[in-house]
Amino acid sequence: MPYNCVVCVKQVPDTKRITGEAMTPEGTVNRAALPAIFNPEDLNALEEALAVRELFGGTVTVVTMGLPTACAVLREPLARGADRVVLITDRRAAASDTLATSYILSCAIKKMKADIVLCGRPALDGDTAQVGPQLAEKLGLPLITYVEQLVGLKDGVLHVRRNIGNGWEEVSCRLPALLTVMETANVPRPPAVRRLMKTKKARCVAEVAKAVEDQMPAAAPEAKAAETKKRADELAKAGLLIEQWTLDDIQADLTWCGKSGSPTKVHRIQAVVLTGGEYHEYPPTDDGAAQLISALIEDHTIG
Amino acid sequence: MMTTMTQVNRQGEVWVFAEQTDGALSEVPLELMGKGRELADTLNVPLGAVLLGDKLDGLAEKLIAFGADKVYVVADKKLAAYQASGYTHVFCELIKKHNPQVCMFGATAMGRDLAPTVASAAKCGLTADCTDLQIGDHKAPGSDEVQKNLLLQIRPAFGGNIIATIVNYDRWPQMATVREGVMALGEPDPARKGKVVKESVDLSKVKFPLTILKTERREKKVNLKAARIIISGGAGVGSKENFKLLWDLAHCLGAAVGASRAAVDLGFIDHDHQVGQTGTTVRPALYIAVGISGAVQHRAGMCESAKILAINSDRSAPIFGIAHYGIVGDLNVVLPKLIKAVRGGASIEQAAKQAAH
Repeated sequence: MPYNCVVCVKQVPDTKRITGEAMTPEGTVNRAALPAIFNPEDLNALEEALAVRELFGGTVTVVTMGLPTACAVLREPLARGADRVVLITDRRAAASDTLATSYILSCAIKKMKADIVLCGRPALDGDTAQVGPQLAEKLGLPLITYVEQLVGLKDGVLHVRRNIGNGWEEVSCRLPALLTVMETANVPRPPAVRRLMKTKKARCVAEVAKAVEDQMPAAAPEAKAAETKKRADELAKAGLLIEQWTLDDIQADLTWCGKSGSPTKVHRIQAVVLTGGEYHEYPPTDDGAAQLISALIEDHTIG
Repeated sequence: MMTTMTQVNRQGEVWVFAEQTDGALSEVPLELMGKGRELADTLNVPLGAVLLGDKLDGLAEKLIAFGADKVYVVADKKLAAYQASGYTHVFCELIKKHNPQVCMFGATAMGRDLAPTVASAAKCGLTADCTDLQIGDHKAPGSDEVQKNLLLQIRPAFGGNIIATIVNYDRWPQMATVREGVMALGEPDPARKGKVVKESVDLSKVKFPLTILKTERREKKVNLKAARIIISGGAGVGSKENFKLLWDLAHCLGAAVGASRAAVDLGFIDHDHQVGQTGTTVRPALYIAVGISGAVQHRAGMCESAKILAINSDRSAPIFGIAHYGIVGDLNVVLPKLIKAVRGGASIEQAAKQAAH
């Protein structure tokens, strides 16, 4: 039987490749110094969904939340074979913590008919791994974290192997369910070049509108709107329009979105400053090595 | 499940989730008892432990010995094996009944499954992988109102380039997870007195959707936490073959071998050896960092070592910023010399004499 998979993905700053100062002089995080990438483990979640579709049929829908620039992480799944991609973008969703994010995603996913919801395990930036479990709770779905292997799927019953830190556990569960997928679960397939070339052109309406604005700044607002609609229709015809949803589209209760829906607040942010104690350096020579060892013996660190 | 939001309760207790498997407590809750004791004393409230499971004999007493004033016990056959649904339901019922102000969980596979689910159901804030927890005041930007005695949840963020302190003042309990080994394990006091509070929670309407078919557990191959000396290698070691030099020096010194995440990811060594935020946190007498640049995630796991020796060819590596001893040079040159210096007892005595003069 076919299964409908929904994969939650996130655009994250690539914290491993910092290109400038991580902090601005004002003491805030300098996001510009961090290139934005596809959260690596979300690719493993996507791959798992694509594998399910390959074996059993069904659909793969990918959803993300963020600014229109987050469409970059939706073009990638399209290139890898996702059937449908959805961007939730709304100014009122800004400053959402994991609780508010999971609420907003749950509202969106309720509008999709999902048999399996998949999340990558930790996001590279926050590394909290909280949204998956919170989303399961909000959707009332069984939660299976740390999935390392999809062992079987038959008649709506899923069988997986999960890593529990000090060992493994095999569990089965009747779908629907939510899974968080480990990076060890699979090796994501590379996107097909032809699809990649085609899906590079995929845009959401906000991106189209921005391009129109940049290209014809002097035009009347009506003309801009008409041009935006024309281009969006063309994209839709080619299957390259990224769906764009607001909080109204998903009937989200604003109390639980953005700042008001986020109990955690930042108290303080500090740049990491190293403070060392007394420091002795020894030359990389036989004498240096001997002196170091004797110093360690002398202060009773070794020996 | 839409529970009503929990009110701010200044008299609320400090709670630790007492994770156990098959009747054996994990080490994290015992580590958290020390920190929990400190927080509870600062707030002048009791420290509670929440113990869920089936066969729990002797565990409450152990938690009391490690600092708990009260142990809330829910024993039920349905809770024998962990499942998010059942544990979350019970934990939320206990929160509703007792209104704690702080809940701490170990950032284990179980804790990282349970804590966010509880936070979602209770609609409260949660901070993952705190490296420190303190009590302090908070003034929201643009407001004159000072929130007193909040839980300051301190953790590295953005790949460790910053340290963020998080608070939640309007929706309690304040929840945090802490990785294993981050808080030091205290000494138990078998004479300590505490109260065991038996609770029963109705589970008849709770679904347990998972069927656990098979469980395999394995012990970690190395016990880095118990080692007096640790020699860790990073990406700078270059290859699995070069790692052999670290093993050689470790054998001479009676040390354990550790590694940075980069070295583990490169396949130089097994994950059991990993030191750092996503591995084990250690506090040895001597930590020798070889070819480790010293990213904050790694430093978080070893910066409390009594002495740190850095060996790296790059003098600008951050590891030198926290090192007490350093050798700038190629490890293929430096390590054999150190091995020689340790093995050549005579030459050590000689060097010691020289150093004394």
